[in-house]
Amino acid sequence: MSVLGNFNYVIAITLSMIGLYVLIERGNLIKKLVGLNVFQSSVFLLYISMGKIDGGTPPIHYEGIAPFSNPLPHVLILTAIVVGVATLSVGLALVIRIRDAYGTIEEDEIQALDAESGGTE
Amino acid sequence: MIGIGLLLFLLLTATGILLVRNLFAVVILSGIYSLLMAGTFTILDAVDVAFTEAAVGAGISTVLLLAALGVVGQEDRGRNRRALIPIAVVVLAGVMLIYAVPEMPPFGSPEAPIHVHVAPQYIEETPSVIGIPNVVTAVLADYRGFDTLGEVTVIFTAGIGVLLLFAGRRRKYK
Repeated sequence: MSVLGNFNYVIAITLSMIGLYVLIERGNLIKKLVGLNVFQSSVFLLYISMGKIDGGTPPIHYEGIAPFSNPLPHVLILTAIVVGVATLSVGLALVIRIRDAYGTIEEDEIQALDAESGGTE
Repeated sequence: MIGIGLLLFLLLTATGILLVRNLFAVVILSGIYSLLMAGTFTILDAVDVAFTEAAVGAGISTVLLLAALGVVGQEDRGRNRRALIPIAVVVLAGVMLIYAVPEMPPFGSPEAPIHVHVAPQYIEETPSVIGIPNVVTAVLADYRGFDTLGEVTVIFTAGIGVLLLFAGRRRKYK
């Protein structure tokens, strides 16, 4: 199958790379967390795309409608979405504490402050 | 066709998140991104996931991010590293992944390995064994109930983590 036929996968990969780039390159901690969210969602898109069947319907039994799309990726991703929010909330709590301690949420300023105060502290 | 439009909008929104400096705008864009993702999930037949993404991704995440912005302020001073390494890593990983895409089973094919393993059994058994019409709920709460217990444990742990992080909060900076 051509790359174009698997358009969903290409988009999922592109989105994940944008998310990864925001995560590793941007210096602002909140922006990093948003990047992590984009990265996560792109993986969700990949999984859900794999579960789709042409002409399929949502996997809910009703008067013999068939075929159903695969319910297993849906279950995995339901769990993953909720865990993602748990990660996000802990990350945001850490950002707020970092801001309390350093007065900034820019990564390079934090590193500079650390270097001033003797590095390993 | 709607699906392709949604995917292109997702791409636009993600690029917006990458380029916009104002953190408030970034947070709202991430909410829009989640909502578009929920729409895409609906088109891909994952209605339960779409509900969750709309409620949790577009709702709760956005509220949490806005609450955090209320504390830390909304300016991104734009100190990016501008190093070559992040771009190289991202492009290299992306090219390798896209190189693997043609090897994937065709999108939507009923003969893909994922559809011929255990999934047909779950779909077939659910009405008689579990007794409810929704297969996703049946797998989530019954067949894989322990997974869901683990998920709840993770949320509980995260809740304790957040509470502990805020418990000894002393503000050096206002």
